[in-house]
Amino acid sequence: MDKIRNMSRESRSNFITYGMVIIAYAIMQALASMHAISSSMTGLLVPITAYICMAISLNLVVGVSGELSLGHAGFMSVGAFTGVVAASALAGAIESTMLRLLLSIVIAGVAAAVAGILIGIPVMRLRGDYLAIVTLAFGEIIKNLLNNLYVGLDARGLHFSMTDTASLGMDGGKVLVNGPQGAVGFPMISTFTAGFLLVMFTLIVVQNLINSRSGRAIKAVRDNRIAAESVGIDTTKYRLMAFVVSAALAGMAGALYAQNYTAIVPKKFDFNTSILILVFVVLGGMGNIRGGIISAALLTILPEKLRFIGDYRMLMYAIVLILVMLFSNNAQVRMQIEALRHRISHRVDDQLDAQAAKGGDAR
Amino acid sequence: MSFLIALINGISLGSVYAIIALGYTMVYGIAKMLNFAHGDVIMVGGYLCFIAMNSLGLPPLVAILLSVVGCTCLGIVVERAAYKPLRQAPSLAVLITAIGVSYFLQNSALLIWGADPKAFPSVANFPSLKLLNGQLTINSVTIVTVLTATVVMVGLTLFTQRTKMGKAMRACSEDKGAAQLMGINVDTTISMVFAIGSGLAAIAGVLLCSAYPTLMPTTGSMPGIKAFTAAVFGGIGSIPGAALGGILLGVIEIMSKTYISTQLSDAIVFGVLIVVLLIRPAGLLGKEIREKV
Amino acid sequence: MNTNMSRRNFLMASGSVAASAILAGCGGSGGSDSSVASDTFKIGGIGPVTGGAALYGIATKFGAQVAVDEVNAAGNIKMELNWQDDEHDPEKSVNAYNNLKDWGLQILVGTTTTNPCVAVSSLTNADRIFQLTPSASSVNVLGGEEIGADNPRKDNVFQMCFTDPNQGTKSAQYIDEQKLGTKIAIIYNNADAYSTGIFQKFQEEADARKLEVVSTTTFTDDNATDFSAQLNKAKDAGADLIFLPIYYQPASIILKQASDMGYAPKFFGVDGMDGILGLEGFDTSLAEGVMLLTPFVATDTDEATQAFVAAYKEAAKTEEDPIQFAADAYDCVKAIAQAIDAAGITPDMATADMCDKLIATFTGDFEFSGLTCPAGEVMTWSETGEVTKDPKGMVIEGGVYQPIA
Repeated sequence: MDKIRNMSRESRSNFITYGMVIIAYAIMQALASMHAISSSMTGLLVPITAYICMAISLNLVVGVSGELSLGHAGFMSVGAFTGVVAASALAGAIESTMLRLLLSIVIAGVAAAVAGILIGIPVMRLRGDYLAIVTLAFGEIIKNLLNNLYVGLDARGLHFSMTDTASLGMDGGKVLVNGPQGAVGFPMISTFTAGFLLVMFTLIVVQNLINSRSGRAIKAVRDNRIAAESVGIDTTKYRLMAFVVSAALAGMAGALYAQNYTAIVPKKFDFNTSILILVFVVLGGMGNIRGGIISAALLTILPEKLRFIGDYRMLMYAIVLILVMLFSNNAQVRMQIEALRHRISHRVDDQLDAQAAKGGDAR
Repeated sequence: MSFLIALINGISLGSVYAIIALGYTMVYGIAKMLNFAHGDVIMVGGYLCFIAMNSLGLPPLVAILLSVVGCTCLGIVVERAAYKPLRQAPSLAVLITAIGVSYFLQNSALLIWGADPKAFPSVANFPSLKLLNGQLTINSVTIVTVLTATVVMVGLTLFTQRTKMGKAMRACSEDKGAAQLMGINVDTTISMVFAIGSGLAAIAGVLLCSAYPTLMPTTGSMPGIKAFTAAVFGGIGSIPGAALGGILLGVIEIMSKTYISTQLSDAIVFGVLIVVLLIRPAGLLGKEIREKV
Repeated sequence: MNTNMSRRNFLMASGSVAASAILAGCGGSGGSDSSVASDTFKIGGIGPVTGGAALYGIATKFGAQVAVDEVNAAGNIKMELNWQDDEHDPEKSVNAYNNLKDWGLQILVGTTTTNPCVAVSSLTNADRIFQLTPSASSVNVLGGEEIGADNPRKDNVFQMCFTDPNQGTKSAQYIDEQKLGTKIAIIYNNADAYSTGIFQKFQEEADARKLEVVSTTTFTDDNATDFSAQLNKAKDAGADLIFLPIYYQPASIILKQASDMGYAPKFFGVDGMDGILGLEGFDTSLAEGVMLLTPFVATDTDEATQAFVAAYKEAAKTEEDPIQFAADAYDCVKAIAQAIDAAGITPDMATADMCDKLIATFTGDFEFSGLTCPAGEVMTWSETGEVTKDPKGMVIEGGVYQPIA
């Protein structure tokens, strides 16, 4: 136990986050294998892990790097479509679905990272709300381009076209991506375990990045760009680094997400999805990775749990969203919670003091 | 000839974007928030006007007035209930609240007015203008839209430059603290801006639906995003910038559909926006704010 | 933007969300005891009741409800309908389906829209639950040889509507045979599977028949407000017929804008065009002369149609005529009821047995006569899951549909 006690505050917090994810996975996996949870809940497990990865990766840009990105779903869609195409192309060569999924996720991550670099270079010239609108614009451009992308696979390999399926020049084979109709009929190979591993991977990458030299530089740029620049930090480099890592992780989540269904369309990854992920991050607390994980999970489950109110479901979701923001950000409400917390922690302190007085090792 | 037609159609579409963008830009200028619910206020404005004309049988002008009043009230209520308690909160929290309000308005509209689209009757009932031996037809809605946009623009500029309230608004957008010290009630001023913005949204809603006559609960969302883009394009916070941005966006959209590709027009519109922002990072007419060291 | 939300704020926030989730959980868990054998068939339905496609989901929901009420009133089969929202999103559709499974779903009517249906039909196929979709028209829903070896036929999935290719081909045939136009322009929604699907087959058939297509333009849901550029292109190319494989609300804008610019070609639509006359506030004179292929006409004077229209308005509490989606969903439930009767299926059977029997019935010599086929004719289903019925060629004259002579 000494080890834990001697850890820095950050690493202890990271440790708790890993523990939380592992325990949650173990419990859900056990329940699912015993069929102790409903089909509805079982079906939500993979999308929840994908959204958690999205929330963690966006947190790197919004919370840690301090840039508002409104086009995060664009990277998810790059990853989703790349992942599906890669998995289909590898289907002949690799038998094991788990390995195929892994490879497709890696390839999707690389593709999204490339997109992240291409988009990040111009985006990093801007700041604040102008940066936000440009990410929104790129998200829309990606959606529009994917709506016009046709990919086919035949014996000779992959074919690409930006006009229609006829111009693919295919010789038999199969159309993998059919413009606005998206990709359909690919196997569902994503699993909850794969999702869990991806969450762990994302967490390790992001938490280690935050606590590294680069991470401190990123945070310094966020808190005071000019001061950071004056001590010789290359601001653009570090902002771009956060942006690209985030894009790559989003792409990986996209590949996981897509292969949990047999149909995906470019339209799914629109502005609303970007906003949805931003809501996870803001509600979880900007820069607070653990908070983002919890809010992503809760907000994915919430609309499903509201099904019993039928037509009023989405209205209720909107009301809950507004109320949560009001309660968590209003000064008066905050003060009352503060007072309550103070009283509770005092009581705990008193008890601890009492124990310490008896000679026990309370702390 | 086809170029002239495309240009006119572009200006017509752009005028609608411009009026919506004005609402965005005013609210942003003073409250520094991206009010994503603005597009949905437009939709509510459209429905109110539709109901007044179709179900109550009121003449168009009265219906428009009713819709403006309705939306202004809605704007005030939303501001009081959802945004005012968050004045001191981080701007992203307000952004998310605005998105919540947007979902709320859309789903309320769905429950109240149903999902069936409504065909919006034209509010401009005079014949189209035919020029050059009938080769060029400018329809009545286009004329009304462009005229209204101009009037609104000029009116708003005069309002912010000449009136006491307008000056208070400008003062608040420059420096809230200093404005308060000068005896300006910042809270009231912000509420006032929301009221004006929502009133403008109603007018935009009526014009949008007159020119492109289907009304559904989701009608406002995409024009809202496009107009937001237009506001940034022109330099967010700047009133002439919003107007210029709106009109340019409309013209670029129609031109790219006419001459380049209808498939890729969205990508082209947003691509132009990105290029402009890279050259002028604060938009066309936006102020470059020097950072103090 | 740099101000962090502190952890206690988050705790507070997540606490209230959790509380509402738990609250919701209590309400939602009521219907999950599927083990209790009852005398009622549990029919599930999935379609978008909120969001941009709500119009179609709501139509199918109430269409199905009317049919279920009728079946129950007739007495010999008892049905219960549970309709779940999917917001026109495959993810939400799969969630809705899992929710229905918890409820004890036995037969699925849905899903209403195509892409969600592709995702859900893979699951029903694995779970062996019989599925009849009212309106998901892509062949991908059914699976089969045509799409490729990786996508085998999902033998439990059947359609009530025409497949997209079927409509595209039929439209081109019709235009050619009836000599409706010499220079054809097409405006379609390239962000929509339905519209693109019809367009692609139309183009193929038009090429085969040497029809002259002079202009092909598109729009997306995001820029479906202004069509002046598309119309001007068609006009400049001298098109005398515009083919509109799209839904009626963008079509209504196209008609209005064409009329405003003084351009009057013939317009030819598909089944998505139905509903244009019922559009509240629409000036029906704009639709004068518009032709469309449709399986259902709400203004039909035939008795069954009129009874359905009246019942639908009552159920949906609306003044507006049902669109064909409603009729398709009505027919789905009615066809299922008829098949249940024919195959002697009882509600206490295992869903997989039910599924096998229904498949055998539908692909056997099953004949169903419903609202969405011409009076006096019947629909049949092939092994591929596609329905066989003839669309009616209609033209709008004097504000009502008339058969094209």
